[in-house]
Amino acid sequence: MKRESPIRTAFQKLFRNKLATICFFILIAEFILIIFADKFAACDPNENNVAIRLLPGFWDSANPKYDPAHWLGTDELGRDVWSRLLHGGQVSLTVGFTATFIGLVFGTFFGLLAGYYKKLDNIIMRFMDILFTFPGVLLALLIVAMLGVSVRNATIAISIWAIPSFARMIRGRVLQIKQEEYITAIRSLGAKDHWIILKHILVNALPTIIVIATMRIAGSILSIATLSYLGVGVPVPQAEWGGMISSAKTQMYKAPSLIIIPGIAIIITVICFNILGDKLRDILDPNLKD
Amino acid sequence: MKKYLAKRLVMMFFLLLGMTFIVFASLYFAPGDPAEIAAGPSATVEEVELMRQYLGLDRPFLVQYGTYLWNLAHGDLGTSLITRQPILEELAVRLPNTLNLATAAMLMACIIGIPLGIIAAIYKDSWIDNLLTTLSLGGISIPNFWLGSILIIYFCVQLGWFPTGGMDSFFWTAKGFRQAFLPALSLGMQVASSFTRIGRSSMLDVLQSDYIRTARSKGLSGGKIVWLHALRNALIPIVTQMGTSFGGLLGGSIVTEQVFAVNGIGTYLINAINQRNYYAVQSTVLVIAFLFVVVNLIVDLLYVVIDPRIKYE
Repeated sequence: MKRESPIRTAFQKLFRNKLATICFFILIAEFILIIFADKFAACDPNENNVAIRLLPGFWDSANPKYDPAHWLGTDELGRDVWSRLLHGGQVSLTVGFTATFIGLVFGTFFGLLAGYYKKLDNIIMRFMDILFTFPGVLLALLIVAMLGVSVRNATIAISIWAIPSFARMIRGRVLQIKQEEYITAIRSLGAKDHWIILKHILVNALPTIIVIATMRIAGSILSIATLSYLGVGVPVPQAEWGGMISSAKTQMYKAPSLIIIPGIAIIITVICFNILGDKLRDILDPNLKD
Repeated sequence: MKKYLAKRLVMMFFLLLGMTFIVFASLYFAPGDPAEIAAGPSATVEEVELMRQYLGLDRPFLVQYGTYLWNLAHGDLGTSLITRQPILEELAVRLPNTLNLATAAMLMACIIGIPLGIIAAIYKDSWIDNLLTTLSLGGISIPNFWLGSILIIYFCVQLGWFPTGGMDSFFWTAKGFRQAFLPALSLGMQVASSFTRIGRSSMLDVLQSDYIRTARSKGLSGGKIVWLHALRNALIPIVTQMGTSFGGLLGGSIVTEQVFAVNGIGTYLINAINQRNYYAVQSTVLVIAFLFVVVNLIVDLLYVVIDPRIKYE
């Protein structure tokens, strides 16, 4: 007998939702553009050229300074905005995914242990409570301040920041699953703990994990942008969306597009992940709260 | 209630202790060397070594941590490695600006977020509901530093309605209001959106409950039911969220302060990070986390006031 995978059914349901489908394809298109950034953007993202600084973009194509080779214009150092946008996206997405993945692995590990073993519960969750006392970007800032500014350290900081919320939500789900009769049945049949955890609890918690991971990617992308904006994320001159907004601050009045464009890239990406997460939650785990 | 309060205070003590440990250990195990920073860039190896002894950095971990706690307990947050001033004094000057901003943002979030959530719940599944739900999802997806910059470009530069930055008066004064309006709006947007989402779902829960049906069957008007009977109960989950949100606002104000050039503890923290002023980083992080824990305690105690059904045993 072929068993219907609940996750596959969930994705089928997801594609029946128009908004979610649109978001999914926007993200796919964005990934393609960003992964093949070298193909889609001919210019070097870090090449300075003061002769062509602050060129206008396509919205001002009547301007004699407009150059179709730089259709989104150039920044204060004459760098091509389109190229920086795509190459910056590589950093934002890589950090977003990597940090979420690391946070997910550790958060799930601690959440499973805390939910399953009563003895470990108190120790692990109190430690998570302590991490929770550093609100917002504060924990990430502390870590970056101590380790130094680099992409790797920012990724570490954002992963550690993600761990407690993953752990808390997964623990909650594990506690629910543990109550189910079939777990008692399997245990009374003599199944080993690690088998029960991996084969039954983890598998059943998977929908919850997918939902929070999707939303967390959005959060991680916002975080790396925020850290870069504060000047402690991706070191200059490497392009990153938050960093682009930060370096455009000085040109805010002359060339607001330098701020608007990377912001729109962040918002589109984050909104799409949030909407996907939201719809996935409705389908997979309606009881999960924000 | 007294017993609960005592229990919470004990818990808070251990949370704070854990917090100090993380903050202290993060510096101890970090590659950076405070002695080098304090001795200055031109110092010789011997001078750095002397500075290390002077700062007590050559002593064992637990001794250093013990001294650190002892000093904290006496209100000594250390001395800035750069200015050589007590960090407590430097923070005390800037803290009012940060609290002013965070409180204004919280008010802004309540004023915008809660009514929209209730409206979305009343008109459930209509276009108004769909619009508000989508907008609230958008609200949590917009980086507050970007929103702040855009607000400055349009409202300060092009329209000239507000000053582009700076903050030196409280938001309830006329001058302070103009200074705080845009920063509070950009900082409060995410929280407002989460209030709309929570307010909507909790209002829907309440509107489906038995006592509302009874009120309806007694012939009360819709408006009376919503505002007199349902609202108070629907607000409880929002109040729960307020404690956490206030922490988020304190964390977020670090960013907003940068956008609007507010001289608060967030700006102080970012400068400290850039100057590798380790002690100042430690203390600022600690102060923000401490405020967060205290606000959460206050919010928990507030439940009893708005919901008499809750009794802490």
